[in-house]
Amino acid sequence: MTELADHVAAIGRPIKRKEDARLLTGKTQWTDNIQLPGALHMAILRSPMGHAKITKLDVSGALKYPGVEAAYSATELGDLNGSVPCVWPVTDDMVAPDFPALAKGEVRHMGDCVALVLAHTAAQAADALEGIVVEYATLPAVIDMEAAIADGSPLVHSDKGTNKCYTYHLQPQGDSAYAEAKAKADVVVKRRFINQRLIPAFMEPRAVVAAPMGTSGELTIWSATQVPHVLRVLLTLVTGVPENKLRVVAPDVGGGFGGKLQCYREEILCVALANKLGRPIKWTETRSEDMVATHHGRDQIQDIEIAATKDGKLLGLKVDLIANMGAYLQIITPGIPLLGMFMYPGIYKMDAYDFTCIGVFTNTTPTDAYRGAGRPESTYAIERIMDELANEIGMEPMELRKKNWIKHEEFPYTTVAGLTYDSGNYEAATEKALALFKYDELRKEQEKRRASGDKVQLGIGISTFTEMCGLAPSRTLGALKYVAGGWEHCTIRVLPTGKVELVTGTSPHGQGHETAWSQIASDTLGIPVDDIEVIHGDTRTSPYGMDTYGSRSLAVGGQAILRAGEKVVEKARLIAAHQLECSPADLEFDHGTFRVKGDPSKEKAIQAVAFEAFTAHDLPDGLEPTLQAESTVDPQDFSYPHGTHLCAMEVDTETGKSVMRSYVCVDDIGIQINPLIVEGQVHGGLAQGIAQALYEGAVYDSDGQLLTASFADYLVPGAPDLPSFTTDHTVTPSTTNPLGTKGVGEAGAIASTPAVINAIVDALRPFGVNDMPMPAHPMTVWRTLNAARQGGK
Amino acid sequence: MTKVSITVDGVLHESEVEPRTLLVHYLREQIGKVGTVVGCDTSSCGACTILLDGRSAKSCSVLAVQADGSSVTTIEGLAGEEWHPVQAAFKECHGLQCGYCTPGMVMSAVDLLGENPNPTEAEIREGLEGNLCRCTGYHNIVKSVALAAQNMKGGK
Ligand code: FES
Ligand code: FES
Repeated sequence: MTELADHVAAIGRPIKRKEDARLLTGKTQWTDNIQLPGALHMAILRSPMGHAKITKLDVSGALKYPGVEAAYSATELGDLNGSVPCVWPVTDDMVAPDFPALAKGEVRHMGDCVALVLAHTAAQAADALEGIVVEYATLPAVIDMEAAIADGSPLVHSDKGTNKCYTYHLQPQGDSAYAEAKAKADVVVKRRFINQRLIPAFMEPRAVVAAPMGTSGELTIWSATQVPHVLRVLLTLVTGVPENKLRVVAPDVGGGFGGKLQCYREEILCVALANKLGRPIKWTETRSEDMVATHHGRDQIQDIEIAATKDGKLLGLKVDLIANMGAYLQIITPGIPLLGMFMYPGIYKMDAYDFTCIGVFTNTTPTDAYRGAGRPESTYAIERIMDELANEIGMEPMELRKKNWIKHEEFPYTTVAGLTYDSGNYEAATEKALALFKYDELRKEQEKRRASGDKVQLGIGISTFTEMCGLAPSRTLGALKYVAGGWEHCTIRVLPTGKVELVTGTSPHGQGHETAWSQIASDTLGIPVDDIEVIHGDTRTSPYGMDTYGSRSLAVGGQAILRAGEKVVEKARLIAAHQLECSPADLEFDHGTFRVKGDPSKEKAIQAVAFEAFTAHDLPDGLEPTLQAESTVDPQDFSYPHGTHLCAMEVDTETGKSVMRSYVCVDDIGIQINPLIVEGQVHGGLAQGIAQALYEGAVYDSDGQLLTASFADYLVPGAPDLPSFTTDHTVTPSTTNPLGTKGVGEAGAIASTPAVINAIVDALRPFGVNDMPMPAHPMTVWRTLNAARQGGK
Repeated sequence: MTKVSITVDGVLHESEVEPRTLLVHYLREQIGKVGTVVGCDTSSCGACTILLDGRSAKSCSVLAVQADGSSVTTIEGLAGEEWHPVQAAFKECHGLQCGYCTPGMVMSAVDLLGENPNPTEAEIREGLEGNLCRCTGYHNIVKSVALAAQNMKGGK
């Protein structure tokens, strides 16, 4: 039963999710649930070393273990040992080392795949790894990015002669523009920020089942992936199995956050082996494998310099990054820092921008997209340096922002980085956030605590962020050397009984597309939300799509739904007009019913039209039967959601313990389809961004041992580690798509990290603290504070 | 192999298990109760939480042989004719996104409310400490549990 009265528009309603029924009763289809007759389970022997030569490798001992059918190293696998693809060669001379699924003679990071066993059960396969004889000769590992690009560094790939992957420059105003801006400046503030390495830590571990199915022997691959469509193309290219013989299914997927936007080694191996042996191959990772073998995120050294006048007018920004690629390149590893490249100027106006990024190989797990992908890093840098500049010139940090941000009447606005922001209203969002936060009261309390020398100091952190989402016009992606496009597809079929199948190319894994997409189609077609079934995540039923990442699904996919729905109505109108004996232009369409203008008694519901389209007994001449339409939409441009995030931290100056007292955010993501889902997305993003600030960090020792390789060592925050949030919104519709939507999947994660760190620094400013390493554990806070007190910093 | 008899969601199962088999693997792989899931290998995440003789337990930290003679309730057996109030409240408050933590989160919340029918926000957060969620930031999970508490008191 629909929750809505017929006359109420579905868009904008906080409709409870359709997905929840199966998820709340344990009827979910996770990849690991799939058990096929005759399946072989794969277990992988992984490198325990950061960097080593494999001096001896003999898998034959594994074959003596019970239940084992086969064991392979790169030698036995031969040509089937495909290489992990990288689809974003960011420069013509980028160094792109081979990344074989099973290592060939050398391992380059802890977790690198060395050999594999296939057995009847997962436990048998894991046991048999013991039977593999492997010996390593340690090679010097390089973990530190600066050490890696210094002369004489050990090389991750000795055949490449360098650890430098690429150098990328962006100087939209020419190479001397920043120097000129700086020459005019009264103040230049420079900081080095470390944006530490994070692990995506989606809750459902990766899993793959690859099986020859059906009479045609096509290969079906179920994978816990965000990108079934992209994966199919890449698996075809890597394994040589023809695309039309490959079916990729993403069943229910338990979170991704970019970590499942990949074509992984294990996926390649399962497909190659299932194809070779003609049997189902199944693999599910353990969490410990996930921590070393799922790609990581972030990991940049950011040297940031900002030039301004003494009264706070920004003149220029210079960004020098060193970005950790890890040991190899995965799907878009080199491009991640460049997704941030355009966003360093944030919401501010200035005259000159100068960006350089050096990508570096180290003996660590490869990095790639993690919630925000490049934009959390850039937002962190600009929002942190704005606070430092404000402090330097003695200006209130919000005043400095107001002075420099793009005013609402100035949109569309082309930034110093060369992007044109579609719309926004920073003033409105900020005003609302300040009021909700009780900014002035908190500032007064802060003053009081400072004056009284309270051992618990109060800090206020600001982040007025924007991000680009709706990735992106295909042409723009091409110009950036990204191999794929940015379009999205939708097919809508109104079935003879009036039920609707909406086939989308997006691939949700927690975002509630089944509900939200139904809402869009419901308003377009005038058919109840509950009569619409959203079909996704299977290349057999949904052959075209670009999947779900980069907050793109609604901004791009939503347009395809709208357009396909409009086409369906256009066709239905021809049929209705024919049968009501009027001209199509004489019909009005309202809430699913066509009525003759001026004679409303003559009407026909769209469901009835669908039945007529099915029987095809009485259609206009030349019109094809069936009521369906498809649309593939290439976005006109990015969209730019924004928001004002405010965080209050209480910091104990004796223990270093900091407690989040309140967190307020007002986000503007344009038109909202389902506010319930929007809020949930914001909450989850906030948690991940706050976790970067306070809790999480992947740590390697100098030999390349990941010291945070389990949930016991890597601090994914639990419920007691986070507060409840105050969220609100303003609405400034996007002008780059007809629904006026922007995107929300990454907003919280992008905005929150600098808000938290700014708050801690603000609390400790009187002691001379002007930066805080992340994660800001109590020990780190205490040490930083003490160093500052002793004048060390 | 060892013989065990375990009642799962009201049905008695007599099975042969390897002594090392974890309860969660027994549930998922031997008797097809795939509603309960595995999220880690260090007993940290709580995704595998079930009720063992009425109290919440991480089924990855219990051997199947230890559960011999016991009664297990999984997320699949929680609802009667209607959903359990905790399930209903999770839907009402959007307390789940991908849903992977949900089976364990719901079972922990059921146990929490059994212990403390009137929890404060802080008590809810502490009570769910052993359950990780990567999607929701816990905000709506906390709201869901609070709503369930309220509805259960009202006899809903
Ligand atoms: S699977 Fe993580 S605690 Fe049981
Ligand atoms: S809803 Fe995805 S982990 Fe909790």
